[in-house]
Amino acid sequence: MSCLVVDGITLRFGGLTAVDGVSFEIEDGEIFTMIGPNGAGKTSIFNVISRFYRPSAGRLVFAGRDITDVPPHAVAKLGIARTFQNIELFENATVLSNLLVGRHRHGTTWPWEDVLFLPKVRRAEYAHRDCVERVIDFLDLQRWRDQLIAGLPYGVRKVCELARALCSEPKLLLLDEPSSGLNVEETDDMAFWIRDIRDQFGITVLMVEHDMTLVNRVSDRVLALNYGRVLALGTPAEIQRHPDVVAAYLGA
Amino acid sequence: MRTIFKTDYDQDIRLFKHAGYYWSYGTLMLLVLLAPLLVGSYLQSQIVFVFIYAIVGVGLLILTGFTGQASLGHAAFLAIGAYTAAYMQKLGVPFVVYFPLAGGIAGAVGAAVGFPALRLTGIYLVIATIAFGFIVEEVAARWESVTNGNEGLRVKAIEVTGWTLGRDGWAFYYLCLAVLVLVILAALNILRSPTGRAFVALRDSETAARSMGVNLAVYKVLAFSISAAVTGLAGCLYAHKLSFISPEMFTLLLSLEFIIVILIGGTSSLHGAVLGAIFVVMVDPFLTLLKDDLPHLAAGMATTLGAAPGVSSGIEETIARVGGAAGLKGAIYGVIIVVFIIFEPYGIYGRWRKLKLYLDLFPLYKKATFRRMKTYVKSERNR
Repeated sequence: MSCLVVDGITLRFGGLTAVDGVSFEIEDGEIFTMIGPNGAGKTSIFNVISRFYRPSAGRLVFAGRDITDVPPHAVAKLGIARTFQNIELFENATVLSNLLVGRHRHGTTWPWEDVLFLPKVRRAEYAHRDCVERVIDFLDLQRWRDQLIAGLPYGVRKVCELARALCSEPKLLLLDEPSSGLNVEETDDMAFWIRDIRDQFGITVLMVEHDMTLVNRVSDRVLALNYGRVLALGTPAEIQRHPDVVAAYLGA
Repeated sequence: MRTIFKTDYDQDIRLFKHAGYYWSYGTLMLLVLLAPLLVGSYLQSQIVFVFIYAIVGVGLLILTGFTGQASLGHAAFLAIGAYTAAYMQKLGVPFVVYFPLAGGIAGAVGAAVGFPALRLTGIYLVIATIAFGFIVEEVAARWESVTNGNEGLRVKAIEVTGWTLGRDGWAFYYLCLAVLVLVILAALNILRSPTGRAFVALRDSETAARSMGVNLAVYKVLAFSISAAVTGLAGCLYAHKLSFISPEMFTLLLSLEFIIVILIGGTSSLHGAVLGAIFVVMVDPFLTLLKDDLPHLAAGMATTLGAAPGVSSGIEETIARVGGAAGLKGAIYGVIIVVFIIFEPYGIYGRWRKLKLYLDLFPLYKKATFRRMKTYVKSERNR
C-alpha cells in the first residue's frame, strides 16, 4: 500500500506558481528523495505535506486517509514528523526536554492530571523517557543530554532535530536537507542513520537533499523537480542519466 | 561543585534534585514559618504582600515566562478574583467556596481572553491585554449592582467555621503562605509534565511545536486560563488583605508592577516570581525610609564630618525633596527596568545563578558562559 499519495498538488503565491501539479506516490518502507535546483519547490511540497501551506489544488492521502484539510498539529498526530532546513529546535530547553516534546503526540494525560502530577503522569513520563533514551542511544547523543540547545554546535543540533522527529515514532519522516551544514564525517553518519531508520524502525523516509553522494547512497527512488514541475522519477542511477535532469542542472 | 551521577529516570523528574535542596529550602521554609514571631507587624504585613505578589508572579511567569505570551492585563484578572470574593462574601457564600470560585471565574475569563489573543503576538498582544485591563476597570466602575462602582466594596475578614482570620493576623499570613507554596508546587508540576513542555515549545518555536503535534490554540488558551486562575486566587487574598477594593486600584500601573516582578526577578525560573515580588513590595518601605529618616541621618552625618550647619541643612533639604517628589516610585521603576534589561536580562535570579557558578568554578569561570547568542536563521515564513 502507498504510504503517501500526492495527487496533483499545486501551490500558488499570488501570481507565482511554486508547485505545479506535482503527483507521486511513496511506498511503505521506502527512502524517497526529492532533488532539484534552488527554487524548484521542494521545501514548498514539504510544507504542503506537513500542512503549513494550503495547496491551491490537489489532494494528499496519507495511509488511506485524506489529509488535505487536516491542520498541522493533527498531521503530526497521524504520524508524520519532520525536520527543518533551518533548525527549529526549542533553544532555551535541554536536549532531553526537546526530545520529550517529540513525544507529545503520544501524550496520555490531561493537563489537570499534570498539575497534580498523579502517579499515572509519572508512569507516562517513564515510558516517554524510555523511548527518548532509545533514540539517544541510536543517535549517540548521550553526552549532550542535559545541555541547552543554545549552547550546542550546529552538527549536534542537526542530529537533535532528527532525534526529536524520531521520538514521535512517526510512520513517515520528512527530512529537509539532513546533511546541510554537516562535515564529511557527519554526513557519513547521517547516511547510515537514514538507512537504519528505515531498516530498524520501519519508518518511511521522504527527504530533500542536495548532496548527490548521499542521495545515491541511501535513496530507493528519486524525484527530480524544476520550476515546480516533475522532471523525472526513478532510481538514483536512472535520474543521473536522465537528459532533462542533466539539462536542468548543467544547462542544455 | 556537585556532580550528580544519574542512575534513575526519577532523578530528572523529582523536584528536589539532591540533598542540598532539602537544606536550603528547609531553612527558607523554617524562616518564613517563624517570621511572624520574629518581625514586627508592619514587616509581617509587607511579607503577606510579597506572598500575594509572588502568587501573581507565578501566574504571570506561566504565561509570559514559559509560554512567551506577554500580558499587561493581569491587574484585571486580579480584580476579577477580588470582586468575586467581595461579592460572594456579601451574598454569604463561605470562604472555602468563593476562594476556588475566584480562581475559576478568573480562569474562565482568561480563557475567553485567550481566544482572540490567539492571532496576536508580541506588541499587538500587549496592546490587546492593556485594552482588556481597561475594559475590566470600566466594568468594575459601572456595574454598580455588583461592584458598588467607584465607591468600592468593603471586604470583611475571612471566616472559616466560625473562626475569623483577621487581615493582620498570623492565620492570614499562613493562609497566604500555604496558597503560595501550593501554587508554586502546581506550577512546578506543570513544568515537568507534557503540558509544560508544550508551553515552552510554543514559546521557542511555534512552527516546530505545531509540527510535533502541539495544538497551538488549545495550549495558548490553556496558558492564559491557568495564569488568570492563579491571579484570581491572588485577587481573593488581595481583597481580604486590603479589606477594601475599588476600581482605581486595578489600573495599568498595577499590571506594570506585575510585569516588573517577573522582569526583575527573572523570567527563566519560578524563583524570579518570588525574588521580584520581594523587590517590588520592598520598594515602598525603602521610599518611606528615603522620605522620613534618610534626610535627617545624612544631615547628622555631614555635621559629624565637619560640614557647616548651612551645608548639612542643605543636604537634609535636598534629600527630603528628592524623597518626597511625586512620581519618584515610577522613576525608580523605570530606571531599574532599563538597567535590568541592559545589564541583566535574566533578572535577580540570573544574577544569583552567575554568582553560584562563579563560586562553583572559582578560578575557571568565564563570562561568555551566559552570553546570549543571536540566531538569525529561522523559518519565519511558516509562522
